[in-house]
Parts: sequence; structure tokens; C-alpha cells
Amino acid sequence: MELQSLAVHQLRDLLARREVSATEVAACYLERIEALDPALRCYLTMMGEEALREAALFDSGKKDLDASPLAGVPLAIKDVICTRGIRTTCGSRILENFIPPYDGTVAELLRKSGVIFLGKTNMDEFAMGSSSENSSFAVTRNPWDMERVPGGSSSGSAAAVAADLCAGALGTDTGGSIRQPASFCGVVGLKPTYGRVSRFGLVAFASSLDQIGPITKDVEDAALILQTIAGYDRRDSTSVDLPVPDYQAALDAPIKGLRLGIPKEYFIDGMDPEVESAVRQAIRTCADLGAEVVEVSLPHTEYGVAAYYIIAPAEASSNLARYDGVKYGLRITDARDLITTYRLSRSKGFGPEVKRRIMIGTYVLSAGYYDAYYKKASQVRTLIRRDFLNAFEKCDALLAPVAPVPAFKIGEKTDDPLQMYLSDVFTLPASLAGIPGISVPCGFTTSEKLPVGLQILGPHFREDTILRIAHQFEQATLFHHMKPEIKP
Amino acid sequence: MTEKISRQEVRHVANLARLDLSDAEEARMTEQMNDILGYMDKLNELDTGAVTAMTHAIQLQNVFRQDEAVPSLDRELALANAPQSDGASFVVPKII
Repeated sequence: MELQSLAVHQLRDLLARREVSATEVAACYLERIEALDPALRCYLTMMGEEALREAALFDSGKKDLDASPLAGVPLAIKDVICTRGIRTTCGSRILENFIPPYDGTVAELLRKSGVIFLGKTNMDEFAMGSSSENSSFAVTRNPWDMERVPGGSSSGSAAAVAADLCAGALGTDTGGSIRQPASFCGVVGLKPTYGRVSRFGLVAFASSLDQIGPITKDVEDAALILQTIAGYDRRDSTSVDLPVPDYQAALDAPIKGLRLGIPKEYFIDGMDPEVESAVRQAIRTCADLGAEVVEVSLPHTEYGVAAYYIIAPAEASSNLARYDGVKYGLRITDARDLITTYRLSRSKGFGPEVKRRIMIGTYVLSAGYYDAYYKKASQVRTLIRRDFLNAFEKCDALLAPVAPVPAFKIGEKTDDPLQMYLSDVFTLPASLAGIPGISVPCGFTTSEKLPVGLQILGPHFREDTILRIAHQFEQATLFHHMKPEIKP
Repeated sequence: MTEKISRQEVRHVANLARLDLSDAEEARMTEQMNDILGYMDKLNELDTGAVTAMTHAIQLQNVFRQDEAVPSLDRELALANAPQSDGASFVVPKII
């Protein structure tokens, strides 16, 4: 197998046995990025020099390749996470030249583990979007079909993993932004329980929903990376002080006897029949592995889109108020006074989708409308969360599709924002409830050969369960070995 | 479908959000917001009278720390991205 195709745990085996050097691995990826990324547009900022410097420290013995489970591993990191001294744009012109003076906690944890960062990846602006078409800098291509989107908002991270432009990546998920691009790109993507991974240094979109998680070539890698980034952080007041289980140890237990719930509201008219067929086949595979399959109901599923697109924009309108041209970011200087500075800088710096969400958010929080919209949506959120808690009394995890369709064509959904929102129907509820979810490749559409992901949702803090199911399923199939033939 | 938000209201919201919208943007925004807000009416199908609003995904109480000064970001670093600074503060155009 070629070096760039290897999963993190396989690379680690080679590095540990000194069969390959850290420099060889980093250089391999950097060369591949140079050759393919001009067409794929996964990366916004490269960290090639730093990467080779770090690799050299390992190879010369100044840093110890045996010191930690991720030492010498080259990862890509979504450009919404602060990296000290390295430009962090969030896919926005308003932060085009922003250089964070500190590392986010996850970046710090990964650096301490010896991870080598290859670069910052492209994303929909401020994580608002499902395709990368809202990035102010580039549209990332789906490595499986360059005319199609890779999904979003963790677009560059998912595409880079699929195209072997990194060994693995970090993404973020607020309404599905790890799970959906992972599904569209045929890779693994995990959104942890809310509070499992520190948000310190994660540029905030929706504070009650945002989570950082791994996007990887196989499930074992997701477990490995989650192990390093999960855990309590006093710098994030929403971080939960619960012990982190051994996720790798959890993988190997067979799933015989586990109860897997199939939510009937996740199989709807209007779904692509080839997506449904791949997911139903995956369910049968799990049943063949000895799991007990039960039908469950999540009756408030159909209200998830409406609730989310009130709550998330509301939180975003508050979080994005800080972009005012005062302390950092774009400042338009022809303003005579401060308020005009705010208006000009924000209007010039933000893209249309961001403006739209700020507008909706501001409206639903404004006097006279708060009860009708934000409070109502928060009550519906309680009902959605309750649906999951009820379902988890009947099963250990839920199996569902990730999206109703496979990767769509670039430009196909950009005219109608509401249509784009509706395609998040299967990922939003889990975000609202705060439960963990993973997308694992489960097949391809027959006509277009586009990847399809199986979504596994678990109770709060049961990443061990969903990783176990995902791993057992993956090992019973060959999808994680399949790679796109990239035609730049 | 009845209009949920008028063009005038859109202008008011834009002002609250400190956004300048061109005529064309304002027209498009009005149309799109009406579309989106119209869809939100769906939530009125649900009786939520007895339901507590959810503000937090997990059960956490207020997280406090001791009111003690601890080292923070170095001033130079804090000013490093400033569009304009005098070395001590962020410099901005006059307020009024």
C-alpha cells in the first residue's frame, strides 16, 4: 500500500519500527498536496516549512517518536480552530489576515502529542454551510467527482482525508458539518457529545452546538484522535469534567446482542433511493453481525430544521457581533465614526450566507419576536432531546442515513437557501440534543458511484459504543479500502 | 402565505446587526427571510405550553472560579492584529 493511503495507526506502526521516517511521511503528503490541491482546493494555508522542521526534530532524535500515540503523524486542521502564529480565516474575508496569538486547546493537545500540522483547511464561512460554496476563498472539490461538492462545512478536511492529502484531519460539527462531508467523501467523521472536547480556541458559530471532532480514513483513527482531544478543560466553561474512556479498547468488542434502533422518521419520501438502499444494506450487515435491530420513533424529527435554523443563527448573531473592525480583522478605514466603521467593515467582510444568518438571528432575538421564535425553538429542542432519551431506553444506538442525497453538483443548491437547510434534516436533531454521532462509509450509489455514509448515534458520552459499532461494521466491509481516482 | 417581515423591518434588523444592505441586497434579503421565517411557522403545530426551554445540552450548573487575577494574554500579543493601535490601546474613529 502506498504511504499516503495509510491510516494513522498504520503509519504509527511504521514510524515506531523506524521503517519510515517522519520526514518521508510529511514530504510525501506535501508533494501530493502540491500536485493535487490546486485542483481540489482543500487547503487555505499551508504549513509545509514548519511540518518539515518538526519532522526533522523527530528524525534527528531531538523529539521522541515513541513518546506518544500520534507522534510524527501529519494532520490537517479546519481553519476555524486557532493555531498560534498561523493565519486562521474561518473561510471569511473579515479574518483574511488574522493571526491568532494562541493555540486552541485541541491544537495544543495535538502538538503536545507530536502531531505535525500540514495546513489549515477550507470551509464554509464561519462554518455556515454544507458544501464549501459559502467559503470566501475557494470551492473545494469532491475527490470522487470534481463537479460535485465535498459537503460542508468541514469541506477541506473531509476532501483532504479522502484524497490522501493528510493522514487525518480535525473538523467541526454544529449541525452536521463533520458527519455530512464525511458521508459525501466516503470517510469517517465523528461529532462528540457536546462538552466532550474543549471549544477553547474554536472560533464560535453557535455556542450551544459547536463541537470539534476527527475526520479519518478508518474508525480506529477516529478513536485514536478523539482519545487525544477529549477531556475536561477549565478554559471552556461548557467542558464536562468526566473521565475519558479508552476508546481504542472499546473497538474490538463484537456487537452481538446490542440493540440497534432504526428511527422510522429518517426514511422519508424524497430520499435518494440509492442512499436508502445502501443504508438498509448496512443495517442488514449489522444484523448479520448479531445485533438486534428494532424500529423506534423520533416523532419530532421533522421540526429539527426549523428549530435549528432559529437557534443557530440566533447564537451566531451574538457570536459574530465581535467582528467590528476594532481589535482584529478587517477594518474599513474611511469611516468618520465608530458605528460606521462597524457597518462598513461587517458589510464588506461577511459573505451573503453569514449576513443572512445574522439577520435571521437578530430578528428572532429581537423584542417582540423572542417568545414566538427563539423560546419556541428552545422548547422544541427539549422535545427533540427527549425523543432521543426515550429511544435510548429501547436501544443502545441508532442507525440512520446521514443525508437524504449523495454529494450534489456545485451550484445545484446555491439559489435557494431554504433547500440547502432542508438537506440537513438527519444531522441537525443530534446536534440539538447534544448526543454523539459518527458517519462511516457504507457504500456507493449505483449510478454515479458516489459515497454514502451510515450515521450511528449514541447516548450522551457513549462515543465508545458508537465507535465500537462503527468499527465492527467497517471491519465486516471493504469500503474503507476504497479510494477515489482523482482526475484533476 | 402572509408576509412575515416587511422591507422596513428588514432595514431595522440590518441596523441592529450593524449591516449595510444595498437596495438589491435588501430586496433579496426580504424575500429570503420571508421564505425562511414562513417555514418556521411549522413549529406552531406543536403544543409546547408545558415544555421547559432547553438552553444547554448537558446538565451543567454555573461554572465559577475564584475572583483572582491570573496571567492573561500579553498586551503586545493582544494588540498584534489591531488595525490601528498606539502600542497601549486599540485606536478607533471617534464615537460620535
